[in-house]
Amino acid sequence: MRRAFNVLLPFALGFALLALWQWIVVARHIPPYVLPAPSAIAHALSGNFSSLMLSLLSTLTVTLEGFIAAWIAGVGLAIAFSQSRVIERTLYPYAVVLQVTPVVAIAPLILIWVGFEHINAALALIAALVAFFPILSNTTLGLKSADFNLVDLMRLYGASRWQILWRLRLPAALPHLLGAMKIAGGLSLIGAVVAEFVAGSGTATGLAWRIVEAGNRLEVATMFAALTLLAVLGIAIFAAFSLLEWAILHRWHESARLQQE
Amino acid sequence: MSLLRLNNVGKCFDNGTEALSGLSFDVADGEFVSLLGPSGCGKSTALRLIAGLIAPDSGTIEWHGARPPMSFVFQEPTLMPWADARANARLSLDLKNIARGEANARAERALTRMGLQDFAFAYPRELSGGMKMRVSIARALAAEPRLLLMDEPFAALDEPSRQALNDDLLRLAREDRITVIFVTHSVMEASYLSDRVLVMSPRPGRIKAEIALFTGPRDRLSSAFADSQKRVAQALLELA
Repeated sequence: MRRAFNVLLPFALGFALLALWQWIVVARHIPPYVLPAPSAIAHALSGNFSSLMLSLLSTLTVTLEGFIAAWIAGVGLAIAFSQSRVIERTLYPYAVVLQVTPVVAIAPLILIWVGFEHINAALALIAALVAFFPILSNTTLGLKSADFNLVDLMRLYGASRWQILWRLRLPAALPHLLGAMKIAGGLSLIGAVVAEFVAGSGTATGLAWRIVEAGNRLEVATMFAALTLLAVLGIAIFAAFSLLEWAILHRWHESARLQQE
Repeated sequence: MSLLRLNNVGKCFDNGTEALSGLSFDVADGEFVSLLGPSGCGKSTALRLIAGLIAPDSGTIEWHGARPPMSFVFQEPTLMPWADARANARLSLDLKNIARGEANARAERALTRMGLQDFAFAYPRELSGGMKMRVSIARALAAEPRLLLMDEPFAALDEPSRQALNDDLLRLAREDRITVIFVTHSVMEASYLSDRVLVMSPRPGRIKAEIALFTGPRDRLSSAFADSQKRVAQALLELA
């Protein structure tokens, strides 16, 4: 009962705010190119539903491609770091440089180099750049956080480097990696949106481009509709990774116990 | 018959601290030897040297024949939290790529001997401190070691758990004829378990006294045990 109440509470608040929004727009005659009413946004959403869904699919594809590329590069490099201090010391500063340079500033270069004829690859690469660092740094930390006594015990039992990596370091890194994936999933979406903005109209067809295009035509309700879908997409990505984290960790990890209490 | 012998072993840490200096002792096959001393006297370092995890800076460690199969039990249970008790106990067998069915059977046998037959599928976070330590010892036994190195394994446990584990350890070590080198700072524990107690001086560690104890059946209420405790406590006092 109490649990249902806790779940319903945020929805009730959202509903109340939407009703208030609707009432203010109608009562004060606010023009739709300044602030459209929720009903107008719903109308724009249903009116452009199929084209908006295509845009959603386009942004989702870029986001996932970028995420997968970032995952492979981040986990791969973290494993290389865990095996060799020399590799880590040599490459880590460059990973930091990549992280601290604003992606908006790199994006135009990438678009030129990869080329507008491969626009989706360019967008995915930009998304990957944003999502890469949290995966690299958290996985590196996780691989190093393996209990050093267990490392010693495995060495005493004659374990090879790869056995220690596979049986100890990778499972020990899992909680860190899964946490990083939740962050990187959202960042990858942000990267995809930034990339679409930078790429501008005429090439990309994702939700961010729809926002730019609708803005140029002062179709503010459509802007809101696309924005809503972006928010839903972000929530869905976060929820999916949270579920994955729970599915993998809940049997053994301490964080699961905290959630139960 | 001697199993191993340390000759004038010295070890410095990277920060220049001299952990051990001129450490010499031998351990007979099947013997239960305790290393007793204050914190920071290099007891743990001595165990890690014997395990071959670190190399001595000076002196030698001689084995009678080849290095025997060894197991290590740490102060913490150091279990893999993502693996259940059976998978933890199976560790050494998995690393040797022993067939899963046989490895499971051996791990289950080791767990049963530690009284954990009903907890093979429990995860470490579901187990009490004493039970986790039992899994840790089962893991060590499943490797079928000839030499068991134990680094203050029961220091964090409550007294009843510790006494029960002391008795189980003695029984299993005798049954399997395992040589045990047991690091502790508890006079009572050292006196109860050991055939011989080696008292170590503070840093740099070396052997200051060697006390051979009564090796018959153990009884906490016996005068033989009281006498053992008194002799070990006396040796520790003379160190100060």
